[in-house]
Amino acid sequence: MISEIAAWLLDPAHWTGGEGVLRQSWLHLLYCVFAVCAAAVIAIPLGLYIGHTGRGSVLVVAFGNAVRALPTLGLVTGLAMLYQGSAALAALVVLAFPAVLSGTYAGVNAVPADAVDAARGMGMSSAQRLWQVELPNALPLLMGGVRNAMLQVMATTAIAAYVGLGGLGKLLIEGQAIRHYDQMASAAILIALLAVLVDLVLAGLTRLLVPRGVMLVVAETGAGPRGRREQR
Amino acid sequence: MIEFRSVRKQYDDGTVAVQELSLTVPAGTVTVLVGPSGCGKTTLLRMVNRMIEPSSGAVLLDGGDVRDSEPARLRRGIGYVIQQAGLFPHRTVRDNVATVPRLFGHGRREARRRAEGLLERVGLPSEIGKRYPAQLSGGQQQRVGVARALAADPPVLLMDEPFSAVDPVVREGLQDELLRLQGELGKTVLFVTHDIDEAVKLGENVAVLRQGGYLAQYAPPEQLLAEPADDFVTSFVGRDRGYRRLSFVDSSGLRAGSVDTVRIGDTSADVPSQAGWVLVLDTHDRPRGWLPPEATIHGQLTEDQLIAGGSLHTGGAPLRGALDAALSSPSGLGVVVDEDGVYLGVVTARQVLEILESGRHPAVSEGAFR
Repeated sequence: MISEIAAWLLDPAHWTGGEGVLRQSWLHLLYCVFAVCAAAVIAIPLGLYIGHTGRGSVLVVAFGNAVRALPTLGLVTGLAMLYQGSAALAALVVLAFPAVLSGTYAGVNAVPADAVDAARGMGMSSAQRLWQVELPNALPLLMGGVRNAMLQVMATTAIAAYVGLGGLGKLLIEGQAIRHYDQMASAAILIALLAVLVDLVLAGLTRLLVPRGVMLVVAETGAGPRGRREQR
Repeated sequence: MIEFRSVRKQYDDGTVAVQELSLTVPAGTVTVLVGPSGCGKTTLLRMVNRMIEPSSGAVLLDGGDVRDSEPARLRRGIGYVIQQAGLFPHRTVRDNVATVPRLFGHGRREARRRAEGLLERVGLPSEIGKRYPAQLSGGQQQRVGVARALAADPPVLLMDEPFSAVDPVVREGLQDELLRLQGELGKTVLFVTHDIDEAVKLGENVAVLRQGGYLAQYAPPEQLLAEPADDFVTSFVGRDRGYRRLSFVDSSGLRAGSVDTVRIGDTSADVPSQAGWVLVLDTHDRPRGWLPPEATIHGQLTEDQLIAGGSLHTGGAPLRGALDAALSSPSGLGVVVDEDGVYLGVVTARQVLEILESGRHPAVSEGAFR
């Protein structure tokens, strides 16, 4: 089996062309990045607002759990049937949303209360507090939320191929239909590889974005995105 | 000057944090609010910079009602130091201190230059400015917190239990530092603590608050210790108040006696006949320790042959130090030194007590016998 997978992957004919690995990987990546970005555009400001004002925090939990409980495949096919194949993209956005939202909210919530109190006491306006204190310190958990969302969307995009969305899932499903198990297995491996690669890129981005002083706190207390995720 | 005029704070759930309370904090002095938890001391402090609004009454800052100023603007003009320092983790120490000047619209360079001067002022080496708060000790963080509060040179400083979270030795250093700074700057400081020792040490006036937000007594510390207003204040200032009051008794009447001394490095031939305790000094005449009676010296006298000395009393400092020096000394002789730590003489506990006896007002002691 391993040699068959290797043979499939090493065949240059499988990589090029409209149905090739390269193009499908590109599509896969494109859908995922689009979905997470679209979700982030709404979820990050909303999470910042909820974390900053403390209003509507119940919403974050309720919404997060509701979306988590949705059957992924049902959501994807449902939307695709109602509209068109590309509506599955909307499903991906919906899926990415709660992870980014709760990460952002948790990030703002985890900013040391005394730092926020000091910011208020020294005369920062509400907006200055948000931009100068809360956002920079929320970044580790916020980026953790984005990474969570990305992994989830990566996996779900594979399923979205059922409703005609391209991506590496397409190779997997086709392989199943024509009982080419080497192709199925190869596609599965490629999806996993792509997910790991993208996560690595996001990890690098996190390092770039999170201020050094905050990184030091994370390293000291283990209260970074990973530490928190394990606690849940 | 800060003036509380019949301020009262009642929360929505009905709890009253501060009862109709009036208090005047004189300009240029340190005034301490002290009391057990739930006495409303922090609430009172936070009313000054409008972090909490009183339910009724008014807080006046230099004669003007604080409610007439927009909160953010008001707060920029008031230094604010809190218990955990509240430094911003993402900013370097220097940029933390530069925050308020930046809020005032100063350029980055100007604000940083100012910050560096302030770090020096609170006793921190300038290279610490490039570090992040997570890389500092608790005591250093508090110093940075004080520097940050002073950065815009505000006339008023609010300090909410700023030294409670650090260990006792560091705390003492920070308290001394604050007194030194205050001597240079002469700010109007409102300081909150639950520690009566800290209150008595730092405050020129001390307001003792009772649970439920009542003002139990407002007086200079020596009066608080000598004449507590009621049972609550008596129990709050504690059992040692007689001893603590010595902090406010002048020791200029104390005449230091002498004792045999030797120097580190002396040989047995230099040591006088060993009848009693001998004080050992270093080459700069600073006390290093004691030699017990009948001690034999082999070769040169070295540090490890000594018995550690007690605390030192600086001549002219309050009597408390003199009594403590005598009590903590292995020989029973308290060592008196000058400001540079140079040996001046010794005193006994008996001498301290005699000064206290002779200083007592005759009418009081006669009254006691009647």
